[in-house]
Amino acid sequence: MTDVTLSGIHKRFGAVHAVRGVDLAIPDGEFTVLVGPSGCGKSTLLRIIAGLEEADAGTVAIGGQVVNHLPPRERNVAMVFQNYALYPHMKVYDNIAFGLRARKVAESEIGERVKRAAGMLSIGNLLDRLPRQLSGGQRQRVAIGRAIVRDARLFLFDEPLSNLDAQLRDDMRSEIKRLHRDLSTTMIYVTHDQIEAMTLADRIVLLRDGRIEQMGAPLDLFERPATRFVAGFLGSPAMNFVPARLSADASVVEVDAAMLAVPAGRRASLAGRGASAVVLGLRPEHMRRFADGEQREGVVRLGVTIELIQPTGSRTYATFRLAGVPVVAELQAHDVNRPNERLDLGVDMNRAVLIDPATDRVL
Amino acid sequence: MTSAIARRRARLALRYAAATIVTATFVFPIYWLFMTSFKTPEEIFASPPQWYPGSIQFQNFNVLFLDGDAIAVWNSLVTAGISTVIAMFLGTLAAYSLARFKTGGDNLAVWILSQRMMPPIAIVFPVFLLYVWLGWVDSFIGLILLYTAFNLPYVIWMMRGYIGDVPLELEESAQVDGCTRWQVLLKVVFPLVRSGLFATAVFTFVFAWNEFIFALVLTRTEIVTYPVQVTRYFGGQSNFWAKIAAMSVLGTLPIFIAVAMMQRYLVRGISMGAVKG
Repeated sequence: MTDVTLSGIHKRFGAVHAVRGVDLAIPDGEFTVLVGPSGCGKSTLLRIIAGLEEADAGTVAIGGQVVNHLPPRERNVAMVFQNYALYPHMKVYDNIAFGLRARKVAESEIGERVKRAAGMLSIGNLLDRLPRQLSGGQRQRVAIGRAIVRDARLFLFDEPLSNLDAQLRDDMRSEIKRLHRDLSTTMIYVTHDQIEAMTLADRIVLLRDGRIEQMGAPLDLFERPATRFVAGFLGSPAMNFVPARLSADASVVEVDAAMLAVPAGRRASLAGRGASAVVLGLRPEHMRRFADGEQREGVVRLGVTIELIQPTGSRTYATFRLAGVPVVAELQAHDVNRPNERLDLGVDMNRAVLIDPATDRVL
Repeated sequence: MTSAIARRRARLALRYAAATIVTATFVFPIYWLFMTSFKTPEEIFASPPQWYPGSIQFQNFNVLFLDGDAIAVWNSLVTAGISTVIAMFLGTLAAYSLARFKTGGDNLAVWILSQRMMPPIAIVFPVFLLYVWLGWVDSFIGLILLYTAFNLPYVIWMMRGYIGDVPLELEESAQVDGCTRWQVLLKVVFPLVRSGLFATAVFTFVFAWNEFIFALVLTRTEIVTYPVQVTRYFGGQSNFWAKIAAMSVLGTLPIFIAVAMMQRYLVRGISMGAVKG
């Protein structure tokens, strides 16, 4: 059983308060991704779990045991670093065997385990090479091999894919996911890349300014963001935010001259506010070309003039202005053919979010 | 076309000629030193000079060993060797502390280096008086401690640079992998700064080996080092050229051997700090 519990973690670096009271319980076997913009404290948190940084306040427990006072070597965790951190003076075999030798495992067993780990990562043919003779992707595999060979109770990944090119990153992502499926060890993964977070995580912990902004399953966070920050961080292209007004009975959102009807089911929870300013959050994929005669609950018609089109092949991103701000809609490849084209869009108000501009919280 | 090739050849020939002249200028005194050490007194003072001895004979070296003067080379080996080992050990640990734990902030390292800039002559007499009081004049411990003290700042400064170039992640990775701080040093840091370690050790050794002022003032009869011993052959009436040459050869050989053995590391170590990547 390797659950991880963080309670009341604080960390300061001089005047910078990097982690400001984080409480987090990670169950055994879960793949947790800590994600957030740079400087949000995610790497610091990971390093505190590894024992490479000391928390100023709070406790870290791994497998029910408080480990604050333990040096990294006694925590039995394995870590993969952003720059691979392979020992340049050792061959791949010795790099992978390093942790086992440090723990005085018998040399015959080391040979077996290194071969098994190398086999899992398809690097069996590289064991006699030095790190400088490997490509970036191969180095990253060796770094992962060094972590899995130890049978550690907890795996920590610190932005392991950020030095790889896009194609390789996709491959390694699947590989890490497969590894988690096969090993079912508890894994904590730090990244600033929301795609990595969405695709890998059982649970995403989204950090901002040293605090947890929101956590939950990837689609939960994506579909039910608690704040404007979460709504804007997840999704690519990002959610559009448009200044708007909510009518007193919460039946209509007024944007410029357009009136967008709020689905009946959502009115009750909004009605208490009275007429007020709101921010309308629309994801690009929640707008599409409006088909004549279409009648769907919650989909409202909006006439726009397209300013800019960006075809990607399978989809075309079309930019128009709403209440003075540029808004991106994700359309079918041939829905729009040239700039300045007039177009009727169907906006899915069932999935739109309304945000209180004063608190930035989703209503 | 042909003239271009001819021009290039001429330039190359000129370059080689210049290199040969410069090399000859530097090598000749060493050649002369070695030749003189093998010559008989008549050959040494022969006019016109003899470019090489008539026969190889070791009489000049024999005399040094029979008179007991050769012990000076041993004395130098002991003082330079032991002080180098101590300075390298203490200095490397101190450098690690400065590089990794930021001991003393940004200024301590510069302050330590500034100790090296003090002219030895400025403190040689206070040190002499102190050593008289301690009973350390003409003793190994006196010279070894002094050389260690003088070399420490250099070792700390150099090793701090080399250690600082080792990526911190490597050490952290080793710690997570199960190493203590000492194991991290032995298995990761030292192997990676090996070239720097050897280069620094050679320079430290050479400094102690060639040191003259302290050895002159602080030794009498017991542990006279080789540079001081050589000066004793310069007399008011005459110079003992045979002894000077033989002693100098004995004193030069250990450095030759050390540098030859370490050449690979020396070149890499000296350039290591300069070029990153």
